[in-house]
Amino acid sequence: MAEFIEIKNLHFSYGKEESKQQDDVLCGVDLTVRKGEYVAILGRNGSGKSTLAKLLNLVIDDLENASGEILVDGVNILSDDMTEDMAFELRKKVGMVFQNPDNQLVATVVEEDVAFGPENLGLDPKEIRRRVDEALDTVGMSEFAKREPHRLSGGQKQRVAIAGVIAMMPDCIIFDESTAMLDPVGRKDIVATMEKLNREHGITVLTITHYMEEAVRADRVVVLNHGKIAIEGTPEQVFSDAGALRAAGLELPQCAQLIEELIKSGMSIKECGITPEDCARIILLAGGATCQ
Amino acid sequence: MKNIALGQYYPARSPLHRMDPRIKLIIAVLYIVAAFLCKNLLGFALLAASVVLLVILSRVPLKTVLGSLKMVVFILVLTVAINIFLTKEEGAEPLWSFWIFEVYTKGLYSALFIALRILSMIIGTCMLLTYTTTPIALTDALERLLSPLRHLKLPVHEFSMMMSIALRFIPTIMEEAEKIMAAQKARGAGFTEGNLIKRIKSLIPILIPLFASVFRRAFELATAMTCRCYRGGDGRTRMTTMRMHAMDIIVLIVSVAALAGIVSCNYWNIGYTL
Repeated sequence: MAEFIEIKNLHFSYGKEESKQQDDVLCGVDLTVRKGEYVAILGRNGSGKSTLAKLLNLVIDDLENASGEILVDGVNILSDDMTEDMAFELRKKVGMVFQNPDNQLVATVVEEDVAFGPENLGLDPKEIRRRVDEALDTVGMSEFAKREPHRLSGGQKQRVAIAGVIAMMPDCIIFDESTAMLDPVGRKDIVATMEKLNREHGITVLTITHYMEEAVRADRVVVLNHGKIAIEGTPEQVFSDAGALRAAGLELPQCAQLIEELIKSGMSIKECGITPEDCARIILLAGGATCQ
Repeated sequence: MKNIALGQYYPARSPLHRMDPRIKLIIAVLYIVAAFLCKNLLGFALLAASVVLLVILSRVPLKTVLGSLKMVVFILVLTVAINIFLTKEEGAEPLWSFWIFEVYTKGLYSALFIALRILSMIIGTCMLLTYTTTPIALTDALERLLSPLRHLKLPVHEFSMMMSIALRFIPTIMEEAEKIMAAQKARGAGFTEGNLIKRIKSLIPILIPLFASVFRRAFELATAMTCRCYRGGDGRTRMTTMRMHAMDIIVLIVSVAALAGIVSCNYWNIGYTL
């Protein structure tokens, strides 16, 4: 698969030149995301994960403080000859879903809101209509098309926000803590939607979160700590290294925690399970082994 | 709070609801002009008849219509009283006099006309606009009607965008205000005690966090809009195209004819002319 996002030695800090050295938010990030990949970026508060997301869409204050390279589809978006039109093209390719669903919805009717992005792209009304219906269908919100957003639940609002991004048909969607304000049901819905978009629609998904359970489903997990990449690998690899995770200020997913406790209390388990299914299988196997 | 209705919109299926909002806006303006130009009894009779017609066409219950008049009752009574008691007619016998007040025929008629003018104007525009058109359709129609003005560098699109965002955020911000009030009450704040100044002062702990939050929301919304490729009205298309049907054109022509009819009534001295 081809590289879609390539970040090379990215440095960033907020504020003026003088105070720059002490509080670098990002200090030397190298990261590659391939087309069609599902990557989870984990990190505790202040690890720089949201800053990274905003940089990828050039929606950040103090952009001039960024150094290094971010190549999106081969274009260096941090280069000096980046024009407004190029930024527009970038945002067409890379969509973003934010944390607070209320602060992303523009219109007073669900379908009008989904149409907002395609309308900005200057598409034909018929094409907009088609995309809106399709996007609402993808997130399972078709029956709410004529409703007012403020009457929906948090998870439903967030699904509308996602539909608004899908309707622009981007190659990649970045979820910037999009589940942080939702209840467990809403969170589950959104994670399922992310997975569906990645697996069925081939959209590159970059999800930024501090919920371990969400990262378990990704192809690759990247852990950020103090503006640097601390751990990188498949979910199995990352979550088998409890020490490194804790050093980055994170906890294991609940299933991995359970396995860890079982090993501590003397059960003979050799592998690591991170999904509930894996976990059940491992415990059953270990239980069977001790019975013999 | 989740059920607050924006404006007075009354959801129903009626010929008035179906009409192109742009035409409704134009007719509402014509209507107000007609109400002001009306000078004699026949003209007002026509005006009143058209109000009745509008109410019937809109399928809004009479009770709701009358309810909307509560706010103007005071103004109505005041203007009627002033017109009855303070209109002087030269060379005519007063119908009735008491202390400094004298009532003339002219006064009675001008009071009747002004009452009809106010009532028909309010009911007429409400029927055409607020009751049968959603606020968002109204701002949309306004944008489309005024869009030629953008060649004069007037920010027509930006204005309507602001309006629709304001409409979108009214319920959200009201909900937030309630939450903040509850939080401040939990800390012992009282909003219903003391004199006026004290009460106004007690609103400060609500307004400051509310403003802070509104600004935060505004920044986040601006970022989200940028990410969705928003860059003003240039090059933007719309999903819903407003289409004028033959019916809309016919209604417009009939309305212009009605306006002409009402105005021309002024030239025939039918009924009482002011």
